[in-house]
Amino acid sequence: MVKSGTLILSVAARLLLPLQLLFSVFLLLRGHDEPGGGFIAGLVAAGGFALYLFAFGRHALRRVLRVSPRDLVGVGLLLGVSSTLPAWWSGEPFFTAHWWTIPVIDFKASTPLIFDIGVYLAVVGVVLTAITALVDTDRHDEG
Amino acid sequence: MQLVVLGGFLLAGMAPLLHRWFGSRTPLLMAALPAGIAAWLLAQWPAIVAGEALRLEWAWAPGLDISLTFLIDGLSLMFALLISVIGALVLAYSGEYLRGHRDLPRFLVVITAFMMSMLGLVLADNLVALFVFWELTSITSYLLIGFNHTDATARKAAQQGLLVTVGGGLALLAGFVMLAQAGDSWSLQALVERGDALRQHELYTPLLICVLLGAFTKSAQFPFHFWLPNAMAAPSPVSAYLHSATMVKAGIYLLARLHPALGGSETWTLTLSLVGALTMATGAFLAIHHTSIKKLLAYSTVMALGTLTLLLGIGTPGALSAFVVFLLAHSLYKGALFLIAGILDHETGTKDVTAMGGLRRVMPLTATLSVVAGLSLAGLPPLLGFVGKELMFASVLDATAWRWLLLALAFPAAFLTLAVAAIVTLRPFFGARRETPRTPHEPPFAMLAGPLLLASLSLWLGLAPGGLDGLTNAILAGIGAPDAGVHLALWHGVNLPLVLSVASLLLGALVYRHWDRLRLALRRLDPLMARGPEAGYAALMAGLVSLSAWQTRFLQNGYMRNYLVMTLLVLLGLVGHAFFFRHGLAIELGLSVHFHEAVVAGLMVAGAVTACVMRARLAAVAAVGVMGFSIALTFVLFSAPDLAITQLLVETLTVVLLALVLFRLPRFATLSTPLERLRDLVVATLTGGLITLLMLSVLSGERLPRISDWMVANSQPLAHGHNIVNVILVDFRALDTLGEIFVLALAAVGVYAMLRFHAGEYEARDDGRTGGPPDG
Repeated sequence: MVKSGTLILSVAARLLLPLQLLFSVFLLLRGHDEPGGGFIAGLVAAGGFALYLFAFGRHALRRVLRVSPRDLVGVGLLLGVSSTLPAWWSGEPFFTAHWWTIPVIDFKASTPLIFDIGVYLAVVGVVLTAITALVDTDRHDEG
Repeated sequence: MQLVVLGGFLLAGMAPLLHRWFGSRTPLLMAALPAGIAAWLLAQWPAIVAGEALRLEWAWAPGLDISLTFLIDGLSLMFALLISVIGALVLAYSGEYLRGHRDLPRFLVVITAFMMSMLGLVLADNLVALFVFWELTSITSYLLIGFNHTDATARKAAQQGLLVTVGGGLALLAGFVMLAQAGDSWSLQALVERGDALRQHELYTPLLICVLLGAFTKSAQFPFHFWLPNAMAAPSPVSAYLHSATMVKAGIYLLARLHPALGGSETWTLTLSLVGALTMATGAFLAIHHTSIKKLLAYSTVMALGTLTLLLGIGTPGALSAFVVFLLAHSLYKGALFLIAGILDHETGTKDVTAMGGLRRVMPLTATLSVVAGLSLAGLPPLLGFVGKELMFASVLDATAWRWLLLALAFPAAFLTLAVAAIVTLRPFFGARRETPRTPHEPPFAMLAGPLLLASLSLWLGLAPGGLDGLTNAILAGIGAPDAGVHLALWHGVNLPLVLSVASLLLGALVYRHWDRLRLALRRLDPLMARGPEAGYAALMAGLVSLSAWQTRFLQNGYMRNYLVMTLLVLLGLVGHAFFFRHGLAIELGLSVHFHEAVVAGLMVAGAVTACVMRARLAAVAAVGVMGFSIALTFVLFSAPDLAITQLLVETLTVVLLALVLFRLPRFATLSTPLERLRDLVVATLTGGLITLLMLSVLSGERLPRISDWMVANSQPLAHGHNIVNVILVDFRALDTLGEIFVLALAAVGVYAMLRFHAGEYEARDDGRTGGPPDG
């Protein structure tokens, strides 16, 4: 079933993937003040990858992704946990937020942002793990 | 000190690395840690004996009253010294005993971790810290009993030991929680001072039962004694260390520690005396059935643990000083004897005492040490064991409750123990020389150092027990007999305890002489033995397995519809109960509904109904999609953009996932009976109705101040964010979100594993045809 050769789909997927990824990063970064955030951004990115998967198959997806989706889940969880470390280090209650302003670009970085990136990666990883696992069973059916 | 103990765990983890660098010298090297701890503890001796108690504060989770504070007083000093000294000896010993064994690094990891857990257990002042260390000793003990993991009996014994002690540990945890509630503190030091209040408290009896269950299982008291002899599947140094000198005494330590807090009541005295005396008699009686040297020693350990419990139960100052001396004497001689048993096993290749004989000619030093330690076990002068036994008889004769019953159980235990001592020390070394599987000779010094030191201490302290006066008095002050002013002596003159000792010597010699015939006669009791507490354990385990099989079949049968029905029914029961009986129904129907809202709601209802009645699957999916998008629309109408976006995206991805599985599903069929469908309809309607009522009720009245007001007010000042939804997710309730992404990850692992397993099945079937390598 993942052998679609439709021209429209493949062109659309090729064009949409970078756009969707950019949009997801945008949603992720503005999430603290405007609608968005790690969970939504993760779903958008996962949607982009799913489209790409349908257009070009799972080998192409693996090449674009470069890492296993399961590693994304792991890294996401790790980021989520490590965002608690600054509070732990300075002896504050668990999950106390820390804020730093990066001077040149006037960007406010924070542990909630790190945590949100963790959520983002975990969501992308979870959705793609489920989808690729399903696609892999398809391959066995056909083979 | 805390750092040393925690660092010890680190050292344990590094053992494999050290082993790579230093090879067979690693155990000696690692023995330096317990030796250093022992030296430090010895340096504290004068101050502790003078009556001081060292308190090393260390906050852990101060908000929960959990600390890692260590308390060093007489009792914990004695235990910590035993643990570190015997620990160092055992490490040195095991380097030779397991020389060249390929799992030596693993052994070093676990035994060092055990050593540190045990030190933490006896030093901790906080109940929670104590409990953590307590469970750690159970787990490390499990790994050590099952050290020979290719041996099925070792695995079974390890599991049995674990289940019995951890089961008791569960009771202990409940006991500790009640204890902390009743005494209003988690600190042992504070609890010990509130003994009167605790004994008056209404929770006293349940908490005592729970704590006793924990202590009795750990210390192998009747009827939980059976796991200890089975634990002899462990290597000999482990038996010497865990299952005679230290771990099995953890329960005894706890009872002694809590004696001033809980002891003295009638329940305490009767339970401990009776259980202790029964354990004594059972242990000694079962011992003489066996010919394996380690089983003989294990049952005599059971007997000794019973004695200690009995003495704590009697609880007079005399009994408590007997407790201290007996405990020390037992750790010294039993540690030595187990190490010697290991030497015999190592040198001759057999554990059966009836297969050995005349070894004194080839192993004169081992034989001498064995006789010295054996004399202490037998309770003969001039060894420390004799002092302990005399004091024990004196306290039993002083007991206030059931004096004659206790004596009737303790006296046979004493003379049977004497026979056991003779069997394990005389049989292998004297008499005619017998052929053994291996040709024995004296073991290397590292193996003899342990028995040498422990046996000499038994002898020295036996000749000059006055050296223990200070420590004994310091301990007694801590466990409920201050100002006892005990003076220990080897010779008390001719009195009733001495007469009992002489009588038990004669009877013990008689048993030893006729041991072979006696054992044959006792064989006839075997069918009766098979119905002992161990059979109860086996029945319990079988019951547990069949219960879990039944509940898995019933609750988790793999059908989605059953899970749904179960989940919804539980939800209905719990929420419904709380809703109707705790809060009552109070609904004001004053809703103003706009036209477009009614349209969206109508769409949702239509989608749901269509999905239920539609026979074509694709149409059903589309109907569910209509419902989902209508929900998203609702979010938009009520200005919750984040929720709307999320809902839309989730709907989209659901379509993607459905597209992947849809064509794999079997042809549509009606599998359920009309009755089942009616049941499902009832459950679904009830759930929907309940949730609707709940919502209406929430909207009708302001029962509680709304938390969202606080969130709105504080989102920007506290969390520097305008998007409240996101601030809640990543800051205010970040812990919840963390939990949720872990659940998500687990779900992904579940999906992946489930599909991979099926893929594996396909692969196995297709392997001949495709032969493609599995990826991922």
